[in-house]
Formats: sequence, C-alpha cells, structure tokens
Amino acid sequence: MSPGTAMIRAIRSARTQCEERGVIQRECAAIRAQFRQADNGGRSHNLAKLLYVHMLGYPAHFGQMECVRMIASPRYSEKRVGYLGAMMLLDEKQDASLLITNSIKNDLSHSNQYVQSLALCTLACMGSAEMCRDLAPEIDRLLRASNSYIKKKAALCAVHIVRKVHDLGELFAPAARSLLAEKNHGVLHGAVVLIIELCERNPETLERFRKTVPDLVQIMKGLVLSGYSPEHDVAGISDPFLQVRILRLLRILGHNNEGASDAMNDLLAQVATNTDSTKTVGNAVLYETVLTVLDIKSESGLRVLAVNILGRFLLNNDRNIRYIAMTSLQKIVGTDHNAVQRHRGTIVDCLKDQDASVKRRALELSLALVSASNVRSMMKELLLFLSSCPAELKAHAASGIFNAAERYAPSQRWHIDTILHVLTTAGGDVRDETVPNLIQLITNASELHCYTVHKLYRALLTDISQQSLVQVACWCIGEYGDLLLRGECQETEAVQVHADDVLDALETVLQSHITRITDNVDRIRSIVSIYGSCIDVELQQRAVEYNALFKKYDHMRAAVLERMPVIEKNSPGHTNGESAGEAIKDIQPAKIKQGEPLLPPQPANQVHYIDTDA
Amino acid sequence: MIKAILIFNNHGKPRLIRFYQYFAEDMQQQIIRETFHLVSKRDDNVCNFLEGGSLIGGSDYKLIYRHYATLYFVFCVDSSESELGILDLIQVFVETLDKCFENVCELDLIFHMDKVHYILQEVVMGGMVLETNMNEIVAQVEVQNRMEKSESHMERMLLRRHLEPLSPHSHELG
Repeated sequence: MSPGTAMIRAIRSARTQCEERGVIQRECAAIRAQFRQADNGGRSHNLAKLLYVHMLGYPAHFGQMECVRMIASPRYSEKRVGYLGAMMLLDEKQDASLLITNSIKNDLSHSNQYVQSLALCTLACMGSAEMCRDLAPEIDRLLRASNSYIKKKAALCAVHIVRKVHDLGELFAPAARSLLAEKNHGVLHGAVVLIIELCERNPETLERFRKTVPDLVQIMKGLVLSGYSPEHDVAGISDPFLQVRILRLLRILGHNNEGASDAMNDLLAQVATNTDSTKTVGNAVLYETVLTVLDIKSESGLRVLAVNILGRFLLNNDRNIRYIAMTSLQKIVGTDHNAVQRHRGTIVDCLKDQDASVKRRALELSLALVSASNVRSMMKELLLFLSSCPAELKAHAASGIFNAAERYAPSQRWHIDTILHVLTTAGGDVRDETVPNLIQLITNASELHCYTVHKLYRALLTDISQQSLVQVACWCIGEYGDLLLRGECQETEAVQVHADDVLDALETVLQSHITRITDNVDRIRSIVSIYGSCIDVELQQRAVEYNALFKKYDHMRAAVLERMPVIEKNSPGHTNGESAGEAIKDIQPAKIKQGEPLLPPQPANQVHYIDTDA
Repeated sequence: MIKAILIFNNHGKPRLIRFYQYFAEDMQQQIIRETFHLVSKRDDNVCNFLEGGSLIGGSDYKLIYRHYATLYFVFCVDSSESELGILDLIQVFVETLDKCFENVCELDLIFHMDKVHYILQEVVMGGMVLETNMNEIVAQVEVQNRMEKSESHMERMLLRRHLEPLSPHSHELG
C-alpha cells in the first residue's frame, strides 16, 4: 500500500468536517517534517499527498519550496511531481516561481524528451513574461527540429508565449507556416491553434496567412475524402477535432475577404454534404462548417445549405444539438432572415421543448421571426406558450408579444384582443411601463372604446388578481363608464350592465374613479368619504380632493371631469396621475433571472460509465 | 481556451481540479462550490451547456459538462472552443482513463489523483487541446509510467547491491 493510500483512507474515514480537519492537520505536520529531512527516497510521495490535501481546499503553501527542489532533482519521478506541484501551487507572482526558471531552461534541452515535455507543459501553464521572452528562441528551435511529440507541445507553448508577449508572434510565424506540412495530426492541430492565435493578434500576420488557404483546403480534403484511416478514425470521421480546428482557422481567414472565401467555397460544400450527421462527432464538424459558411463571404446557395443544416439540427434528438442550432439561428436571423423563416415551424415547435434553455432560445427566435404576414398564426403560438411557460420567461414573453403586436397588428381590434389575452394570462408579470402604453393605445382606438371597456369589465369581474389588468380596466371604466352603462355595443353582444354592478366591481377593487356615472352620486360620495380617513396617504388625499370637488366646485366640475385627452406617446407626465392603481400596493414585476433556469433534480439514471455509442 | 477542468462527485467533493488561469486557493474552492451548485441542479436530460457562473468570470465563458455515474466532468471554456468538440473531448478523456485504469471508477481518481493529472496533461496543455487520439495518449502515458517504474526499480537494485554483504564465494577465493 503506498503511503498516499494510507493517508487518503484516513481522510475518508473521518466522519465529520472537524474530524477531517484533524486528520489533515496531522498528515500535513508529518509531510512538513519529511520535507525538512534529507533525501529519503519517498519525497515524491509526500508532495503527491500534499497536492491531494490542496485539492480538498487545505493550505499547502509550505510545499512550494519542495516543488522547486523536486524540479531540480535528477530523478524523473521527482521532476514529474515537482512540476505538477509547481503548476498547482505556484504562479508567476510568487517568488518561488522565479527559482524554477533555470530548471525549466535546462530541462528544455534535456536528452530525455519526457523531461523536455514537463518543462514545456509548465512553461505553457505559468510562464511569466520574462521567462517567455527568455526562452522563446529555444521554443522556436524546438518547433523546427525535434520529434512530433515535442513539436506539438512546443506549438502550444508558443501560443502561451505570444499571449504573454505579443511582439513575439513575429518570431513564430515562419515556423508555424512550415508546420502545416507535417503529417502528424497532433502537430498539425498545434500548428493550427498557433496560427489562429497569431492571426487574431495581428492583422498583418492574418494577411500573410491567407496564402495558406489552399494548403488548408488540401489538408481538409485529405481528411474528408480519404479512405478509412484506423489511427485517426472516430466513428467513421477522420480526426474530427483537427477538422473542426482547421474550419475555425478557415473562418478567420475567409472573414470579410472575397478571395479567401472563394478558395474555400467548394471544400465547405463538400464537407457539408459528405459528413455523416448520424454520429455526434459528425455533428461537431457540420456545426463548425455551418458557422464558417455563415461568417465568410460565401455564395448564397451555400448559405442556404448551412441554414438548412441548422434547421435539421433543430429536429435532432440530442438536446445539445438543438440548443446550439437555436443559438446560431438567433445570430443570423437579422442577416439571413428569409432562410431562417423557412424553419419557423420547427422553431415554434421548440417552444414546447422540455429543456428550459431551449424554450428560452425558441422564444427569442420566434419573436424575431414575427412579421406582417405571419403575425396572426405566430401570435396564436406565442399566446399558447405564454399560458404554460416557466415563470422566469413570462415577463419577457409578455413584453415581446406586446412589441410584436404593436408592430404588426393587422387591426386595432385584434391588437386590443391580444393585449387583453396577455393581461388575463400573465398580467402579474407584465412590466410597469406597459400599463400607460396600453392606455395610450386604447385611447387612440376611439371606435373601440365601447368594445374595450365591455371586455375589460367582463375580465375584471372574473379575475382581479392580475394587477395590470385591473389597472387598465379600472382606468377604462373610469373613462368610458358611460359607454359601459349604455348597454349596447357594435362589436359585442348587448348586455345590460347596471351601475350598481359596476360600483360593486369597483368597490371590490377599492377604487373610486367614477366620474361619468351621474346617478348614485350619494353612494359614490359615501364611498369616497370613507377613504377620507384612510390610513393610506394617497387614498386619503384623493378622497378628500374628490369630496371637495363634489361639495364645492359645481361650476368647475364638468370641465375638470371631462374625458381625458388622447395621450401622446412621449408626452411629459406620460404616466398620468389618473392611473387607477393607487390603491393597489405596488407589486414588483417578476424579473428575469440571470443564467439558466434551474429545474428540480430527478433521480439520476444509472448511466453506464462509458456511453456505448462513441 | 479552457479556463478550468473540474471533476467532482455527486456530493460536490472535488476529485480533480485543474485551473489554467491563476486563482487564489479560496477562490478556487468557491468556484468549485458554485459550479457544483449550478451543475447538480440540472436534470439529466437537459442540454450539457451552461452559461458560466459569475465567479469564473466573463460573459464569454461557458460550462460544458458530462455526468458519468457518480462523477461530473466540467470544462469551463471560452468561445474559441467548439461546444460539441469539447463534449467529445470529455468523452475521449473518460475513455482514456478507462483504458489506463481498466473500468475506471471514482475510487481510481481518489487514490491516483496524480496519475489522472499526468493523463490529463497529455490531453490538455496550458488550457489548450493538445492531443485527441486516445491510443496516442495512452501510449505516451504508459511510456512515462514505465520510466518511473524502472527508475525506482534501478534505485532499489543499486541500494540492495550497496547494502548486501559480500558473498561467501568472493571472500574465499584465492
């Protein structure tokens, strides 16, 4: 049993956090003692134990110097854990990290390639700018003259160096270029990563690397069209990771450049049509192809093909595929609107997806796809969605629907119906500014005042729990109450509405905005006077004001109580003081939570450790 | 770029932690806790991507994870990595572990944390994907393990030689 095992067993057998801390303290004391001793052959084990303790969250800084000592050791086993310790415990800000610079330098030219690789790995993880500047020429040498194992590591090390010291990009460009001729896939992959980094940092370098597009196309062709190659095959696709990486580079090189885009057009079409999409690895390649096609200056036929692939992805059983397809469609819905419209049906179906993140994406896309020609059918779907969507999406869906309705409403009556529908379904989640906007809309639709107030009144009778609905309804009853009492209405069936019923309704809402109903003034007065001594200051003020208006200012009353003028948008005082919502305590509208919605956990399926389909 | 690779079990206990960007120790533990919190609440048939937690920083970062039996494998990446590609990479990594440990399970990660790090180092280096060919990775790991073994074997041999009394034969010659 190795010493590490004994310690881990001891830690695991601790039953409480306190007990665990005790075990760890004892173990760390022992490790510290061991560090102070001379070489005892077990040094690497002690450091490994310390790293385990560090992972659990306990302090391990006393091991830093030990890492430095181990790295300088001639023993491979000690170097290995020493470098690992350095990467876990040190960073360039600590003094100890300076002490390993020399070791790294020496080990980079060690005769054993595995020691070289340790140094490269550590340099790529935590190399400071000075270290990078110092060792860059060595890395360049390794890029040109070493075996594939070292070359691929040197390439990624170069990426780190360029990130730390931007000017050194120039140094590595030639070597990176020649690496494209390598056969080893690991080296090719590293080379492409390096070239991507160089191009992203420097537009001139990007310009120069555009000349490599034909070479890259050739490499891709080899991967896509070659026969079965057992060493690179992953479920029938030859090195999908390398394909994806090259496609990424092609995207960068072809972006905003006609020549480069032309040179890769055929290849992209080939990959798009030849790649087997029944396996997940195939989908990674297809997806990257789509992203590249959409980001370069590609032919329209190719773009349509790309969007169609996304459309197919939406029908895929795999939720991940559906999710990323939605994300991409969202990005291009502005530029390739017609192509995305073709998949509207599938997108709308995704509103019913079980995955909340897919639902959210589907909502965004659906709202973006509403147009004058499809607004009626789309709105049906969206309203249906609104009635059953998760709570955190309600506010967003409601305001999206309002915006769409405002832009594309085929008729005012449809518009008002839609608004009423939203208010009754999700009135509690509607944003604050919607209420005055709606009131403005209603006042503008003068022919429909009667219809609107009837519908609102009926809605109010059934349900007073939705705040915005109640606010709008009360305001309308207040303004158009006479139309309500008149009983007849062109658009709806005639219903006798008695003043008493209306007053009852309003009373239940604790409202007293009753300027049009001229009978029952006494009842009105009595209700109003009750609120003259109400605790709520605003209610009291209003009540007193109204009372005063009833008592004294007969000559002014008619003028004061005239119909509200049509509210213009953006007029000052847009949130009119006559809003009927004072009595109802202000409820904060539901805010959309940042990040993804959290679903309640279900018992985890007993998943076989390795998926059987690769 | 891969900013961090976290492996923890269904209770949030860390089994392998690798950060490719410097974070202070307490920050690291906080990130682990937050990530576990985010990932453990996910239903098993929801998509495997999460827009990143706020601690690990930035709107450009995503969490891509897979759940295998008792372990979560979480890669925190930025937009330069293909999401589907990383999902496939996690699969490659787990299959590699399976090859190296023979039917790998959580216990293997617990008792051989350092070995898991060495394997990971052949797959991801400095936050970048290094090698994706499973056979290549396994072969390199095996060479290095053999090197370590033979080194300690050599040393034990030398030590024994040094401490053994001279054999009776050599003494009595002559």
